[in-house]
Amino acid sequence: MATVTAAERLARTWETPADFVSSLFTVDHKAIGRRYLLTAFFFFLVGGVEALLLRIQLFRPGAGFLGPHTYDQIFTMHGVTMLFLFATPIIIGAFGNFMIPLMIGARDMAFPRLNALSYWAFLFAGVLMYGSLIVGSPPNASWFSYAPLTSQTYVPGPNQDFWSWGLLFLTVSTTVSAINFIVTIFKFRCPGLSINRLSLFIWSEIATAFMILFSFPSLTAAIILLELERKWGFHIFDANAGGAPLLWQHLFWIFGHPIVYIWFIPATGVISSVIPVFAQRRMIGYIFVALASVSVAFLSFGVWAHHMFTVGLPLIALSFFSAASMMVSFPSGVQVFCWIATIFHGRSRLTTAYLYALAYIFVFVIGGISGVMTGSVPLDWQVHSTYFVVAHIHYVVAGTVLFALLAGVYYWTPKMFGRMLSERLGRLGFWLTFAGFNLAFFPMHAVGLLGMPRQIYTYASGLGWDSSNALETVGAFILALGILVVITDFLQALIAGPMAPDNPWNADTLEWAVSSPPPDYNFLRIPVLRSREPLWDQPELATINQPAHENQLADEPESNVTATPGPTESTRRQTMSTTVLDAEISETIEMPGDSYLPLLLAFGLLVVFSGLLPDLMFVEALVVATGLAICAVALFLWFWPAAEPTV
Amino acid sequence: MYARVSLSWLLPPILALSACAYAPSPLHPASAHADDLRWLWWVLFAIAAAVLVAVTFLLIWAVLRTPSPSEERQEHPFGTRLVWVGGVIIPLLILAFVFALSIARMAGSGGSQTDLTIEVIGHQWWWEVRYPQNNVTTANEIHLPVGRRAQIRVTSADVIHGFWVPQLQGKIDAIPGQTNTIELEAAEAGSYRGECLVFCALQHANMNFLVIAEPPDEFGRWLSHQAEAPSPPSNPETLSGQQIFLRSACSSCHTVAGTSAGGTAGPNLTHLASRRQLAAGTIPNTPEALGNWVVDPQSAKPGNRMPNESITGPDLHALLAYLESLK
Repeated sequence: MATVTAAERLARTWETPADFVSSLFTVDHKAIGRRYLLTAFFFFLVGGVEALLLRIQLFRPGAGFLGPHTYDQIFTMHGVTMLFLFATPIIIGAFGNFMIPLMIGARDMAFPRLNALSYWAFLFAGVLMYGSLIVGSPPNASWFSYAPLTSQTYVPGPNQDFWSWGLLFLTVSTTVSAINFIVTIFKFRCPGLSINRLSLFIWSEIATAFMILFSFPSLTAAIILLELERKWGFHIFDANAGGAPLLWQHLFWIFGHPIVYIWFIPATGVISSVIPVFAQRRMIGYIFVALASVSVAFLSFGVWAHHMFTVGLPLIALSFFSAASMMVSFPSGVQVFCWIATIFHGRSRLTTAYLYALAYIFVFVIGGISGVMTGSVPLDWQVHSTYFVVAHIHYVVAGTVLFALLAGVYYWTPKMFGRMLSERLGRLGFWLTFAGFNLAFFPMHAVGLLGMPRQIYTYASGLGWDSSNALETVGAFILALGILVVITDFLQALIAGPMAPDNPWNADTLEWAVSSPPPDYNFLRIPVLRSREPLWDQPELATINQPAHENQLADEPESNVTATPGPTESTRRQTMSTTVLDAEISETIEMPGDSYLPLLLAFGLLVVFSGLLPDLMFVEALVVATGLAICAVALFLWFWPAAEPTV
Repeated sequence: MYARVSLSWLLPPILALSACAYAPSPLHPASAHADDLRWLWWVLFAIAAAVLVAVTFLLIWAVLRTPSPSEERQEHPFGTRLVWVGGVIIPLLILAFVFALSIARMAGSGGSQTDLTIEVIGHQWWWEVRYPQNNVTTANEIHLPVGRRAQIRVTSADVIHGFWVPQLQGKIDAIPGQTNTIELEAAEAGSYRGECLVFCALQHANMNFLVIAEPPDEFGRWLSHQAEAPSPPSNPETLSGQQIFLRSACSSCHTVAGTSAGGTAGPNLTHLASRRQLAAGTIPNTPEALGNWVVDPQSAKPGNRMPNESITGPDLHALLAYLESLK
């Protein structure tokens, strides 16, 4: 009789069957992470095409490629898509989901079904937003949708409602994701992974998760107030009836400033992962870098009115927000110098991932500098709402998120997809994207200083703006070419690339201890850690997923020094929970199996939010009620107590 | 190879310097306010350039150098110093300096006593301009006496707009239900372009205006002329044109002083012919442009609120003659 090894038994417990329908029901964080990567990157491509259309229109003055109606829709959707459907989910959803359980020695996230829900809700929110194209009414009042322009008077169609309900739907996804990250990082770390040994990537994700929890409610409030006005005739932002237009701006930017750090901080986490590996040196100033993430998370809530320096706020308020804005740039500056110090004392290996990380530093310093400039109130009185700000936002958001994403792709594709990318194609793509990015966005500083406003569909010649705009368009197309090269590299690697070893980069964090890609159960044995750079200090971890000896049976006691003292069984989905600060073992956690309920609940929410769109009372009520009923059924089944597990 | 930084940034400033003088830019100030702001910009730019050059140099040096054996043993005194000096001390000094400079400049921009008040009301997509002390209402053109400070009281009749004359002053938002105040004082005579700087939907791009600074006596003459109603039509064609104006839809949106046309949805046309531009800076004020505009306003400014009026032939000629007589 053949004996079943521990690995085989675990594999059967944790696997998802290979057919399509089963794959829809998976709750495996690795599958969800891969899906996030591909879906968010798809939205990046959509937003990129939108950008290219805008740049074609702005290539020369007075162009007739796009009229104002279409232009306003495209630039609004470019912002919404890039910021909410790409920048928000990509790093935390793709790399966060995939890597964090591996980095902390767990078998999955704390709430696997919630994880699946966050993905489906993200996908369906994007579908809802783009469903607006089917009725010819995409959002058209800019991504930050200022009142009173967004009232029923000025946007009579459902354009603005697609924006509202799509974002509210996305908020569900982002919020449950944040909760999942916090509980996972606090409670699911393997023994020995005390809080001072957390990887810097995890520090950045935990800071981000808290920012999400505290900032999104402000957006939710703003959206609900806007829709009360649009659908049910309230006058919250209507100055003619005693309302306050500026209330929208405050509520939106109280969310809107932390969100920029929600985009930016995870990117810094990727760079903090990549640099020590390719500089072959532990991070200098680990504490500073960790605290930088945390302090920026706090400070980000105190600067929102720097988006409102021209609305007529009193001088004392302007001074406060200017000072706070100067302060918020400080921790990020410290972080940059910790990176440079680490590189300085290291021995750089110029892989493609590393090149992107270096480009990130360059691009972020430029964006940070223009940010300090716009934080100066009098200077902002000149450059606010011009292309100078467009340059700033693209350097700090587009540059950082894109280059961090590409660094992460070149670093983690071996682990996520089991294939090595091509260094040759990688370098070609790098130089094209880097050159194209700078050519597209650097001239915007100049043209903004020459007086060009943002969000205009055309401009007159003879103002000194023509040549910059032409250069920017050329740059945008070079950037697009670079992205195409990256995509080509990725596809050829998946099809025919060399298989990836466990740790091709000789990296330090725990995800590199397991195979590429990891087995469904992540770890055969839950590791015990003693170091901040586990794979550099504990060589025995490299064999964590090998049996201790041949023919090891599932029930045999372990004698390996990394064995976990507590039990996690191989016939049930379980992982280890530990204490928050010192990561001492606390209990074994039962994990759920694959389930259709996240998909069902997300679908129910899609029906609810779609139902709120039309203006026909009866139809709306019926559709919304149906959607709520579906949600109720899904939640009922979700929370139904699990039967006692049979042994 | 790694020092090849994109040099594209050099081109726009070079081109800008060589461009014609008509650049509505904070870098071409015509007032003391804007001059201060330009000075502030160049100081910040100098600091920014120095920081960027220093960090780029450090980064490239850090990448290219080889560590010594002591560094391989994890000793890093230079790195620690770099973090403290470059990452903590120098940024704190720079940030404090920039903040102090900014606050000083901001505090110095307080209101002073002026005897000239101008009201500006933003509309989709034109600017209503009033001189309340003289009972003057015009549109899309502000006249100022050189060397005298004017207080501009800015608001909006519909959505939020942004009032900006880059060569004279920073910008201020025009918000419905609220009046924001800004001061303009031109140091030299000239005409300065103004723009709308808050997205206000379809024709936000074509909501420009002119600020014309002229010697005080010329300004006085302009202002008193604006306060007068235009002389009544003196020949049959302009008289016929006035009648066409009054009986068609024109008078329901536009006002001409001294006639029964009292509409306020569109710009005041009392002295239309004396303005330099039409349709909020979209087209020049020439007979041909005016004719094309009246016949098909949607062509030059798609989405704007002026409907196409089907007035043709001799009626159109008469109407245009009348409008051109409104000097």
